[in-house]
Amino acid sequence: MSVENNSSLLKTPLYSLHEDLGGKMVPFAGYLMPVQYPLGVMGEHNHTREKAGLFDVSHMGQVVIKGDGADKWLETLVPGNIIDLKTNRIRYTMFTDENGGILDDLMITKRENDIFMVVNAACKEQDIAHMRANLPAHLELIELNDRALVALQGPMAAAVMSRFAAGADQMDFMSYAEVSICGADCFISRCGYTGEDGHEISIPADKAIEVCKTLLAEPEVEAIGLGARDSLRLEAGLCLYGHDITTDTTPIEGSLDWSIGPRRRAEGGFPGAERILSQLNNGDASKLRVGILPSGRAPAREGTEILDTHDNVIGIVTSGGFGPTFGGPIAMGYVKAEYAKTGTDIFLAVRKKKLEAKVADMPFVPQRYYRKPK
Amino acid sequence: MTIYYSEDHEWIEVEGKSGTVGITDYAQNALGDIVFVELPEVGEDYAKGDEVAVVESVKAASEIYCPVGGEITAVNEELEDNAALVNTSPDADGWFFKIEIADESELESLMDAAGYKEFIAGLE
Repeated sequence: MSVENNSSLLKTPLYSLHEDLGGKMVPFAGYLMPVQYPLGVMGEHNHTREKAGLFDVSHMGQVVIKGDGADKWLETLVPGNIIDLKTNRIRYTMFTDENGGILDDLMITKRENDIFMVVNAACKEQDIAHMRANLPAHLELIELNDRALVALQGPMAAAVMSRFAAGADQMDFMSYAEVSICGADCFISRCGYTGEDGHEISIPADKAIEVCKTLLAEPEVEAIGLGARDSLRLEAGLCLYGHDITTDTTPIEGSLDWSIGPRRRAEGGFPGAERILSQLNNGDASKLRVGILPSGRAPAREGTEILDTHDNVIGIVTSGGFGPTFGGPIAMGYVKAEYAKTGTDIFLAVRKKKLEAKVADMPFVPQRYYRKPK
Repeated sequence: MTIYYSEDHEWIEVEGKSGTVGITDYAQNALGDIVFVELPEVGEDYAKGDEVAVVESVKAASEIYCPVGGEITAVNEELEDNAALVNTSPDADGWFFKIEIADESELESLMDAAGYKEFIAGLE
């Protein structure tokens, strides 16, 4: 991409820090983002699995919905149970369309006086337009464009966080708190996109560099780019919107059944409920998202056709690469429902070759989220 | 024995009619951590500029082009189990394949070490 084109790209509040850290900046979802730092994708991946990594995810959209019944209204747009979500708890759900396709996946936090949500960078304008088009007059939608968002992830992440936010290491997985770090009012959420324990931290833009430098000064912490973010989430079996889930896939086809609770299954009332609930109740989804383990060493990339023994195309790889922690190639993709059983033999059409593979359980690397002792 | 370099960042070490091919330090550095190399088969014929191998890093696949035409006479089987040799020793242990050069005049379009050094300096 030329320099002229780069000038139209947006920069996050941490841009100058990325440059100072030697980040290799690439266009991503309309932003110039660090794909890697001098440590390299493999080193950054391993560092996050062993210690703690700091990721800039400020390109993602942070939105607040204020007003009575914001939770009830949101349930008209998402299949997740938002009404029964307790205060300071977080839920993963998705905006669906009338056909049950996924418009975006997102995190919704019920706060004391409002709803806080984080949506994907590439979808945020469309998500906000979608919400505004459906927003009742008594609710207010506020875009938090003046805040950065970072993720601190890894087995030592919570211990690091607790040095700056006492008790952060005692927060349950998928819970939320408001804390002061370096005098900045931060929102911390015990969640992430790596399969590791850790927090996402929303920081006022003008304090973002100071907070990040403070975290990076801790001996366990390294800055991690988008390259390692992708290999980490793939090992954790987590979907990348626009690739593993799209408007052509429903939450059921995407194997995200778990994100739709019993009440929503019984009541419906979200876009595409008829199709989604039919797939859920009748098991009539024609394709399903599965994990894929190539038997050799060659990775199968996004777009690789999946074949049966007779060379019939039975699906497609939607994310694929090499799992540094797993120690071999891993992928996920969609196959016709009759091929979705774990252990099914499939083939991957990689560069005119037909590579053996098996349908596999995900995650490829065990998730290590923090569960508060009861 | 002479080493030539292509604009696609392959090197070829030539001894008589036989060439040993690999990728340069500049190339391995740009590609990052290499996890898999798909090599050609011994006995296959390639023309200059043909896609002859594929290098996979954690994130992406990159094609390697044949710097001169000829028949593949050997491949570096060490790379099957240890593709990272391309990162750690691009110009020695991380070689890709040996080729019987069909037309030595094709070497004339390649660069020598000084020329390649100048070429990559111009890329930065």
